[in-house]
Amino acid sequence: MTHTEKRILTNKIVMTLSTLSAMVGMTFLFWILGILVINGIDALNWTIFSEAGAPPGYEESGLKHALIGQLMIVGVATFAGVPLGILAGTYLSEYGQQSKLAETIRDISDIMMSAPSIVIGAFVYAIVVAPMGHFSGWAGSVALTIIMLPIILRTTDDMLQLVPSTLREAAFALGAPKYKVIMQVVYRGAKVGILTGVLLGVARVAGETAPLLFTSFNDNFLNTDMNQPMASLTVTMFNYATSPYEDWQKLGWAAAFILSMFILGLNIIARVFLMKKKGK
Amino acid sequence: MNLILDKIFAHTTKFIALGVLLIVAWIFTELFQQSLVSIQSSGFDFVTQTKWAPNLEKFGALPAIYGSVVSTFLAMVLAVPVAIGVAIFLSELAPAKLKSPVGVSIELLAAIPSVIYGMWGLFYFVPIIRDIVGGVGISMLSAGIVLSIMILPFMAAVTRDAMNTTPDILKESAYALGGTKWDVIKDVVMPYAKAGIIGSFILALGRAIGETMAVTFVMGNVHKISLDLTQPATSIPVTLANEFNEADTGIYYSSLFELSLLLLVISFTIISIAKFYFLRRKRLGA
Repeated sequence: MTHTEKRILTNKIVMTLSTLSAMVGMTFLFWILGILVINGIDALNWTIFSEAGAPPGYEESGLKHALIGQLMIVGVATFAGVPLGILAGTYLSEYGQQSKLAETIRDISDIMMSAPSIVIGAFVYAIVVAPMGHFSGWAGSVALTIIMLPIILRTTDDMLQLVPSTLREAAFALGAPKYKVIMQVVYRGAKVGILTGVLLGVARVAGETAPLLFTSFNDNFLNTDMNQPMASLTVTMFNYATSPYEDWQKLGWAAAFILSMFILGLNIIARVFLMKKKGK
Repeated sequence: MNLILDKIFAHTTKFIALGVLLIVAWIFTELFQQSLVSIQSSGFDFVTQTKWAPNLEKFGALPAIYGSVVSTFLAMVLAVPVAIGVAIFLSELAPAKLKSPVGVSIELLAAIPSVIYGMWGLFYFVPIIRDIVGGVGISMLSAGIVLSIMILPFMAAVTRDAMNTTPDILKESAYALGGTKWDVIKDVVMPYAKAGIIGSFILALGRAIGETMAVTFVMGNVHKISLDLTQPATSIPVTLANEFNEADTGIYYSSLFELSLLLLVISFTIISIAKFYFLRRKRLGA
């Protein structure tokens, strides 16, 4: 066999292997997605939205408690995390810029984005749950806010930096003070980008389970008092799926399906925004 | 008036940005303080002893550390070659019609919450493992495989992005010299994207070691070091998820906080290595 033939053969082997591994990987991933959709749609019905949790074996049992709890916990976290993240990101891009402090904050935020979320849960347990003496929806929101903050901060920072500096200079030339330049010119220019970051941040925390296990804990009944333990879709999913009752397991799949569709939806909207921005 | 508002705005943003650093510092100090009881009573035994018996107030975290290391190692060994395969397929092989739909669906799969991977593992994958290798199926092996599937989309997506940074002109030059696709990947793309690829693998490793939900379902939380991968095991996050709400004594709590601190330090270190050595940030606008 000549050298060239050998090279061509090696090429064929490696290309086949890589196509095969791509197929294996995709098969697993679509297997999971398929099972999620099949089980999810199979378990969906109206009682899921109209009824709260019930003991196993009960006909009228649904996920209303978890859906409402999830919305409240994630809602409060978004309400706190988004403005804080945007303001901190504003500091990095508009004031701190390339300074040592700003760079350190960027680096630490990047690391925090990949840090284990269960550790955040333990931290919030120590600073909120233990002093209060009980689990609460608030504690869950605090944990999610801490996780969301670095994500919003970094996307805001990146997106504000994309606004051309000539726009800022034009506004300054008109005599506008810096805060007005930022609020009326820079934010407006980066609107879509910031919104994308917010969507991705919400999507990320909505799927978190570990930090809620020992902060908001769980509640099998409808509760709208943030001061009390609160159900979330993710923790409910975990408890129902690991229970031995078939009807609870089915509800777990329904929760998994609803949550995934919500998160995928947010991701797809964020992508469309980004594509439009690039298209401009 | 404008001057005052200007100052207020500037200081508020700075204050909040500093707050991020403060929170991180607070997390470390708080976890350390909560661990003090355990550190004082167990000392180094905490990381060298294998007996974890809360009822006897014995806390040896070695089985959990061992489980974290082995399950993550298994996941990496399985996921790295497949991720490289997927990345090569997506960046060099796939026809244009497939490239974007497959690429986008991999990125979307990376967004699916890990708890769902765990659920799938428990109901669909554990029975298969049980049938093939015997035992109960809830095991180190299942945990490693489920973990590898969970980190695959993230790994494949970032590896592909790293490979895509290779300038086309470099690849075209190599093709013009008569290189096969593999020659070009091996001698042009890989050397060019090496830092990015290794960095993303290490980043994935940092994420995998702290991953809780994907493995909690399928690992079993058994504090025992076994060389047999088909046996149930535990890892640091699995222990935390299972036992945090059950801890009843001060020292039990404190030991769990020490585990959290340990996990945070380990993943912080791994992620920092990935970030500072391999993935230097590209400055926007500069």
